[in-house]
Amino acid sequence: MARQQRERRRRPRRRATFASVLGELLLTVGVLALGYAGWQVWLADAVMGGQQQQAAQAFASELGPTAAAAPEAQLRTDEPPVETSAADRESFAVMYIPRLGEFERTVGEGTSRAVLDSLEQGLAHYSESALPGELGNFAVAGHRNGQGGPFTHLDEMRIGDRVYVQTSEAWYVYEFRNHEYVAPTGVGVVAAVPQQPQTPADGRYLTLTTCNPEWSAEGRLIAYATMVGWQPAADGMPAALAETLGRL
Amino acid sequence: MYAAIWRALPGPWPVKLVLALVLLAGIAYLLIFHLYPWIMQEFFPTPDPVLDASAHLTPQGIA
Repeated sequence: MARQQRERRRRPRRRATFASVLGELLLTVGVLALGYAGWQVWLADAVMGGQQQQAAQAFASELGPTAAAAPEAQLRTDEPPVETSAADRESFAVMYIPRLGEFERTVGEGTSRAVLDSLEQGLAHYSESALPGELGNFAVAGHRNGQGGPFTHLDEMRIGDRVYVQTSEAWYVYEFRNHEYVAPTGVGVVAAVPQQPQTPADGRYLTLTTCNPEWSAEGRLIAYATMVGWQPAADGMPAALAETLGRL
Repeated sequence: MYAAIWRALPGPWPVKLVLALVLLAGIAYLLIFHLYPWIMQEFFPTPDPVLDASAHLTPQGIA
């Protein structure tokens, strides 16, 4: 009996030939390539966005206290602190957009690929535009898809949705107002008063720009918000934001 | 090639199967979290979300 089993196991194996190894390697390459395609469509932004999120959390705690502020700490509407501009590619702020989920991303200076594609940053400040809280237009670009794809769902913003910007000085609170769809050349959206390049700065705007449609550079999707107030950095994370992030 | 790997795994077939699955999981982890992100960053730049007149700001220009 035992001998029979041993006999059965010892049936002649087919020898690996050059062709069989090559064939298996080619099949493997095919599976890996298909795997990459699927990964890019379904997993890339989760994986890389997760890294950007972690990096943003670490940077946020470098900027200042991120514990929830006391609920009685009110938004201030007086003159906000003066921000100092950052060096090219330097991180200087963290943006939170509850409508986009647990969204925390670091904002780097200048709209270079180095900042946009970075797994430490992902959001890029138009360096000629205003600083957070400053009179004028604080304009920020981010990828719609890929390299973390922070703004995949920017088209789902609704009127009144809050956007929080944390710097080493303060927390600035903006409220989403409207979308606009423009051509890639529509630079008016980052003007001090959006789409009115001749008008001097009259308010504190936030402009977010990304690709439209998804995976395409055919057009741009723009989201505008206006500032509703600010809180000193020392207060900690505004209570309303801490609540949406589950950190109360 | 894969037949040779299967034979190289020690133990009876259930142990081989578990080892093979562990190997596969390890390879999938490396692909998803390390190799594929690197490939995307190096070879598959996604469309630029920036407005064109800021092209002078980007050292490499607009893709």
